Amino acid sequence: MIDNLNIATLLPLIVFVPLLVALLVFLVNQEKWQKIINIGFALLQFTIVITITLLFLKANILQSQRYQIGNWGAPLGIDLVVDGFSIVMVSLTGLLTLILTLYSTAYFSESSKGVRFWPLWWLLISGLNALFVSNDAFNIYVALEIIGLAAAALVALQSTREALEAALRYLLVGLLGSLFYLMAIAILYRSHGTLDLIQIAESTDHQLPDQIAIIFITAGLLLKIALFPLHFWLPPAHANAPTPVSAILSALVVKASLYVLIKFWFEVLNESTTVDASQFIGYLGATAILYGSWKAFQATHLKVVIAYSTVAQLGYIFLLFPLSEQAANTGTFTGSASQAAIYFIVAHACAKAAMFLSAGNLILSQGSGEISQLKGIARRQPVNLFVFAIAGVSLIGLPPSAGFIAKWLLLTASIESGQWWWSIVILLGGLMAAMYIAKILHLAFTNVENNIAPHYPEDNYILDTQPQAIHWILTATAIVLALTTLALGINAEFILNMANPTLTGSTL
Amino acid sequence: MNTLLMYSVTGVGLFAIGLLGLIISSHIMRKILSINIMGVGIFMLLIAFAKQNGEIADPLPHAMVLTGIVIAAAGTALALNLMVRLYDMQQKNRGSLDDR
Repeated sequence: MIDNLNIATLLPLIVFVPLLVALLVFLVNQEKWQKIINIGFALLQFTIVITITLLFLKANILQSQRYQIGNWGAPLGIDLVVDGFSIVMVSLTGLLTLILTLYSTAYFSESSKGVRFWPLWWLLISGLNALFVSNDAFNIYVALEIIGLAAAALVALQSTREALEAALRYLLVGLLGSLFYLMAIAILYRSHGTLDLIQIAESTDHQLPDQIAIIFITAGLLLKIALFPLHFWLPPAHANAPTPVSAILSALVVKASLYVLIKFWFEVLNESTTVDASQFIGYLGATAILYGSWKAFQATHLKVVIAYSTVAQLGYIFLLFPLSEQAANTGTFTGSASQAAIYFIVAHACAKAAMFLSAGNLILSQGSGEISQLKGIARRQPVNLFVFAIAGVSLIGLPPSAGFIAKWLLLTASIESGQWWWSIVILLGGLMAAMYIAKILHLAFTNVENNIAPHYPEDNYILDTQPQAIHWILTATAIVLALTTLALGINAEFILNMANPTLTGSTL
Repeated sequence: MNTLLMYSVTGVGLFAIGLLGLIISSHIMRKILSINIMGVGIFMLLIAFAKQNGEIADPLPHAMVLTGIVIAAAGTALALNLMVRLYDMQQKNRGSLDDR
């Protein structure tokens, strides 16, 4: 009983603490104090998230927990609710916030950009947490917009022309996607008279308004998640952002929209979804895997490779739609497909964050992000290259990593539901991931001394930044993320059990 | 044609016009305006829905519209800021490169 009370009262904290920190670091303009505030509150935030997770696991009922803001109650007020899926996402956000905050303190330590970075950073974290615990359709819209605005502004921090163009396109795409979502909310409110997700789910009756609403939601959110034909904005935005921003964009921001889409497809409006539509999304996902991997193989800039790899990896998660829809024949969020999808989200988030951090370190050390300039980097940055390789192993899906378990679960789900053709795409995608990872590793181990090219080609090439030594925190945080990826692979049961209550004790 | 239907049709119409404008226009300023028009269309729809049954208007959609306006203003401000920064950068490049 006390445990339930605690988890409910802790929920608003993970939204409001980052929001307050955003204001605080905006007011406290000095670098020294900012550093203390950032690290202190990142630790506090992590502690709160861990407490919530432990309480949730200990509560044993494994059901969704509810907190009513201002004691108003559902139809009028806004409720915060956590179930298994949101607990996984909240813990993931907490962990990545801590690690990326530490990374950013070192990354921005000698740059004036830090002053502008931190308020936006905490705003983004607040938006993410608000989205994951919100049970109010309109509140989710607000959270989506906070995330979209903060993320676009963070991309623009780099203030090169490419970054500004990417940020502007990212912002417009985000606003468009959110407006489609808002249109759906208006339609849902008209037909249900409530904004509470659980109440909408209870009163859904498979009618035309609901179907129109799910079409608007799907269209808007697919644009924000960058599924294959709508992916055009993602690679420039993710590749031109500062490194910690690239990491959180690929690891969490796209997953936030994905979370909302999964919530609506399988919990709120699952009566209104059809097998044909889910098959269509599956085909788009499969195309995304093949196309994204191919573009990643062709790309010449390290960060662009990783950004296209995100396009490909997101495709895997969309295989959830056909697999889950067909398997249960009712399209509920049950079975191995949904577990696979949740696990894939976590595995990809950790691996991709590790990869962006290590790639950022390699670029800092080399002074250029061009892959051709990475020749022989294995000698100078062995640790960061090792982290890159571990993250790559997870993306390819080789055994000791989290990516292996994720792909294994997806393969099992595709065989179980009798749709074996998806498993061909999954395996082919793994091979293609191996192609672009191996290409980079091959160059990294190529010996420079045998070539005529000078070691530091300052005179012959224009470098993005000057080659420099790397702060130990930058390397250490990347290592922690790589170890997390491995630990997730070895101890997969933990996440799978956490994700399980979504299936049994779901909000329905 | 009753008032509710008229407002709803206008709202959907504005949404469609904005979407069309966003797709076909190439200038960033026009794109930003188009997105704002789409937003206004949805707000119109929400205000119409607030009066759907009975004489007393439902305050919840009004609150949503107010919040929506604030968000639209923030988004527009950021987009305009980015646009101006890009424009400045282009002007500078034009000064140095004569062949443009």
